[in-house]
Amino acid sequence: MTHSTRRLATIGAIGLTAALALSACAADSGGTDGGGGSDELTQVKLQLQWLPQGQFAGYFAAQDQGYFEEAGLEVEIIPSGGDIVPQDALANGDVDYAIAWVPKVLGSIEAGANVTNIAQIFQRSGTLQVAWADSGIESVADFEGKKIGSWGFGNEWEIFAAMAEEGLDSTTVEIITQDFNMNAFLAGDIDAAQAMTYNEYAQVLETVNPETGELYTPDDLNVISYEDTVGAMLQDAIWADTERLESDEEYQETTVAFLKAVIKGWVYAAENPQEAADIVGAAGSGWGPSHELWMVNETNKLIWPAPNGIGYIDEAAFDATVEAALIAVNETGARLITEEPGDGVWTNEYIERALAELEEEGVDVRGESFEPIEVELREGGN
Amino acid sequence: MTDAAIALTPPRRRARDRGARLRLWGYGLLGIVVLGLVWELYKALGPEDGVVVGGARVLPRTTDLAMPHLWEMASRLAEPVTRADGARPLWLEIVLAAALTLGIAAAGWVVGVVIGIALALVMQRWRLAESAMLPWIVLSQTVPLIAFAPLVRSWGARIEIGAFEWQDWMSVAVIASYLAFFPVAVGALRGLQAPDAIHLELLRTYSVGWWATLRSVRLPAAVPYLLPALRLAAANAVVGAIVAEVSTGLQGGLGRLIIQYAGQASGDPAKAWAPIGGAIVLGLVAAGSVAILGLIFRNYRRAEATA
Repeated sequence: MTHSTRRLATIGAIGLTAALALSACAADSGGTDGGGGSDELTQVKLQLQWLPQGQFAGYFAAQDQGYFEEAGLEVEIIPSGGDIVPQDALANGDVDYAIAWVPKVLGSIEAGANVTNIAQIFQRSGTLQVAWADSGIESVADFEGKKIGSWGFGNEWEIFAAMAEEGLDSTTVEIITQDFNMNAFLAGDIDAAQAMTYNEYAQVLETVNPETGELYTPDDLNVISYEDTVGAMLQDAIWADTERLESDEEYQETTVAFLKAVIKGWVYAAENPQEAADIVGAAGSGWGPSHELWMVNETNKLIWPAPNGIGYIDEAAFDATVEAALIAVNETGARLITEEPGDGVWTNEYIERALAELEEEGVDVRGESFEPIEVELREGGN
Repeated sequence: MTDAAIALTPPRRRARDRGARLRLWGYGLLGIVVLGLVWELYKALGPEDGVVVGGARVLPRTTDLAMPHLWEMASRLAEPVTRADGARPLWLEIVLAAALTLGIAAAGWVVGVVIGIALALVMQRWRLAESAMLPWIVLSQTVPLIAFAPLVRSWGARIEIGAFEWQDWMSVAVIASYLAFFPVAVGALRGLQAPDAIHLELLRTYSVGWWATLRSVRLPAAVPYLLPALRLAAANAVVGAIVAEVSTGLQGGLGRLIIQYAGQASGDPAKAWAPIGGAIVLGLVAAGSVAILGLIFRNYRRAEATA
């Protein structure tokens, strides 16, 4: 009897100690997370939508140049792998902000995710459909009966929206799923391949044409830009947690500080593309130097010039994206969204504050005089 | 001298054992050489556009883009990863990544083995536990990793106990252990149940307890079942680690290099094969390491049973 009581007491003591230790930690982490202290940095987690690469140069530049720290933030930039969906990580509360394409998030919002677009970093769509110059494919209308490449996983909606506008649906073409490279296009399995200006298009241009022994050139290709079609959709945007935006004042302040640092990062990338490419390379991007620089330069073109200020959400462009998303039906007959998203899907409140404060500090947030550089691609992006 | 006579001469027998082992290595090497020859022969003789049957390509194209020459892959290994200053040679990058993945897989393997054996012990001890748990253990392996990986990462991100903070590699190790525990649980259970009834009944007549029976009869009997299970678990842990790296985007491991270099396969086809080769070597190393365990438990290992 005494024996079992003693054991019970021991277990109780252990349990109590553990509980105390845990609650102590909880109180501890609560303190740092809140970032209430004057010299304590506020912890922020940013979820990217892919591996580190020039597409995200501004965020890495803000990190490297200390802009986040100046803003009182300690930012952890989290790369994504094949199965991490940024807006899901955000909606789950795993991260504080996420980078994602607008159409993909519209789908998630209709499925119940409670997230808000706080800054439209890319003002233009960077998606292309690339065909050979002699293929006769010069516009979306020429897709009919052809083998059209698409990555799927939510990257395909611009194709189907642009086709819908031409009266084509997915049954009139053969959709072929592309993988990470352009080999299927180069081998002829795809007549027109999906490509981002900043990545896959360059992959073709840094491949040797076996017939000439030289790299392929833009003259070898027909390029259809979705930006010129009604299928164009807004891409990389910064998303925040809607509920925390509404109720958490600290989060609101953090959001403005975060956006200011991010903008400064992108301004840095526009003015110093080579340095920005090197920063991304050092952050673990595996691309060769010329490919990386190309990527930063092409990404800059999607951002600058930004007449309303970088990150400002143009209502007309957002509505056009929603409209395009409403008419798109993919090859499995699925729709991205079935109705217009409600209010609170986007807000300019925080980006306007960030832009105003930066303009006061003398930062050029519009980049009216932005000039892209010329990048020479080398074989294999090296 | 006849074969039988050699077998009866102990010193000679040892020499013959060594000969047999050398021959095994020889066959292993020969297998690799044959594989290389098949690759190059098919590349040289196969149709440029591959073999297409009924619209499906059953054999790959033989272009340099789809199938680089083996010597191109080898010479690419010696070149730097990129033109950037201070870029490591590709082989070194692969070795470093493989070492990281191996470490994570090993952690996953250890956790998987401990959990697998614990589950087997519980299931052996209580028949009810076996009926209740075994179907779930089998079912656990049907959950696709693509659904499981983001969950593990998401749960892990919330764990913070004192100075301990969940690291991203731990999510990968958990996924590796998730694949590794299965063959161990099933194999160990089968092994623990392997002793003849007559032996168990004998111990029972001596009124020997469960623990003593476990130690003296069940565990030794389980060894021949456990060894192949451990080897399977090692291979599973490597696969699990690589897939989880791809899935969560963990930096520094082979999985990450596989997707990273796959994106460069158009302009630099040979490079994309380097991490794939690394993964194969890694699997062999992991399974081979388990063979060392087999040497330690040699006395219990009259014959390896198939799990």
